[in-house]
Amino acid sequence: MTSPRQDPNEGFRRLEQPKGWDRFQTSARRFYSVSPIGALSLLAWILMLVLAVAAPVIAPYDPNEADYGAVRQPPTADHWLGTDNLGRDILSRIIHGARITFLVSLIAVCLGDGIGFVWGVGSGFLGKRFDLVSQRIVDILMSFPSLILALMLLVVLGAGLETVIAAIAVTQIPSATRITRSVVLSVRESMYVEAARMIGVSSLRLMVRHIAPQVTAPILVVATLHLGGAIFAESALSFLGLGIPPPAPSWGNMLGGVTAAAFRPPWWLVVFPGLAITFTIMTANLFGDSLRDFLDPKLRQRID
Amino acid sequence: MRQYLFQRLLIAIPTIIGVTILIFLAMRVIPGDPLQTIYSEATGVYILSEEELAEVRASLGLDRPLYQQYLDWMGQVFRGEMGYSFWTKDPISQMILRRGPISAQIALFAVILSWLIGVPVGLISAYWRNSFVDQAARAGITIFLAVPSFWLGLMIILFTVLVLTWRPPLTIIQFWEDPGANFAIVALPSITLGLGLGAGTARMARSAALEALYDDYVRTARAKGLGDSLVIWRHVFKNAMLPVVTTTGLALGGLLGGTVSVEKAFAVPGLGSLMVQGMQERDWMMIQNLVLVYGLIYVFVNLLVDLSYGLLDPRIRYS
Repeated sequence: MTSPRQDPNEGFRRLEQPKGWDRFQTSARRFYSVSPIGALSLLAWILMLVLAVAAPVIAPYDPNEADYGAVRQPPTADHWLGTDNLGRDILSRIIHGARITFLVSLIAVCLGDGIGFVWGVGSGFLGKRFDLVSQRIVDILMSFPSLILALMLLVVLGAGLETVIAAIAVTQIPSATRITRSVVLSVRESMYVEAARMIGVSSLRLMVRHIAPQVTAPILVVATLHLGGAIFAESALSFLGLGIPPPAPSWGNMLGGVTAAAFRPPWWLVVFPGLAITFTIMTANLFGDSLRDFLDPKLRQRID
Repeated sequence: MRQYLFQRLLIAIPTIIGVTILIFLAMRVIPGDPLQTIYSEATGVYILSEEELAEVRASLGLDRPLYQQYLDWMGQVFRGEMGYSFWTKDPISQMILRRGPISAQIALFAVILSWLIGVPVGLISAYWRNSFVDQAARAGITIFLAVPSFWLGLMIILFTVLVLTWRPPLTIIQFWEDPGANFAIVALPSITLGLGLGAGTARMARSAALEALYDDYVRTARAKGLGDSLVIWRHVFKNAMLPVVTTTGLALGGLLGGTVSVEKAFAVPGLGSLMVQGMQERDWMMIQNLVLVYGLIYVFVNLLVDLSYGLLDPRIRYS
């Protein structure tokens, strides 16, 4: 009497995971169907990034070329967005300013959240004294309003492209560490980690292979949501005259030139750089929100 | 409750000490010597020779060991003295007392305004979710969360100067000296910050109210026949307030940073513009003390926010 051994997987259809380009396409399509606004924001970002990279080709004028024959001109056919006090073309300066905005925000976020990620995994997983000391340091960093912390660091380091990146990166570290740590703490107690520990997986391997991958989705979302903050921080620091030093065109220092003390500020000097900042931050925020809802809706409570 | 308060204060103390050490080290150790920066910058007016440098250093107590300088500073702070501005020789504590109230007023009005705007907008948009009103509110929230406060300030100035041909006075007028003139200085910066902050409040109020609207106690309240307005005010509103307070607490860091750039935009002579001025002039004693003031305010307000949870939500027990 032979009863045919039942296949334990019978009745379950094996889902084929698409690979490579196909996989990217399916998830991109799914992302678009879940949140069209997020996808469009991402597209806008990519377009602006291309514009920024190709700035020397696209911009109609040299961003730093002064033209004393065309000072403070309102938008005209020659200068679509007008010219500033030195006769520099605003449109060209905004296009070139995008380079600084993207360079600073992307590197600062990668750096800050990268450090926060590693620190958070270490702090959450190793626990004990390391965690205690780490959390106190994070507490201290969190006791500063982030713009004030960045300002202080910039006074110490001096204004410049690299120092602005470093200062903004430092302000991103504490929250990235906190969130990473909180995810690690819950993952650490899960069954599969315990099982891995049982069969003798080393601590380092546990951290790198089993715990860290669980935190990648959250940290990706956090980093995207930090982008808007980083762009704001750069523009605010440059506006205050402690960020990117002129004459390099940054959206913030273009606005900083037009202070409130000016009796009759030319409107085109104020309106256009600000619109550029607002649009970039808004698309970054929208993409970040959609990415969070797409990757892990549960994150909402933790990050908000 | 009292025990919890005590505990929280006890935890805050090491953090505050850490903050002071970080500020102190940042100002002294990293650039080598604050005077060196002034010295090497050679603005033409303040070039110090080696002997002068040594003399100035000694007069400021900078030739003494670091830990002693730190303790001196802490002693000063506890006595309510904060040294003197390096350039103008004015006592820093006096300057803070003179300019602080303006900044505090701006921050306070901004918070009040953000609640006055944010809470109703959030509740309305949650109540009529997916309606046209909700869509409009959400679009507005998205935009105002992205608009940098200092740019909004510049735009408002542009409007008042070009259209209304009016601009607020650029001096310090305290509330107790002339309330009307004081309000003219403070109003526009408060509105600027309040709008941005209100967007965050509205977003939080909306999601909290949405959650509450579908909760069991709201269903119960409706089932026992309570009218709509009672349900909204007594149940939904009350429960939506807790996250709103939390966001305001968290947003305070942004607000304190925001006052700095908005004060610059409006040329308001507050604490923030004092700090920016100090930073541009490398007046390190001023920077050191002002950063400390901002840090302390932030720590204490967050403490207050933490404690207010118990008042708003009796379910939270402090143990």
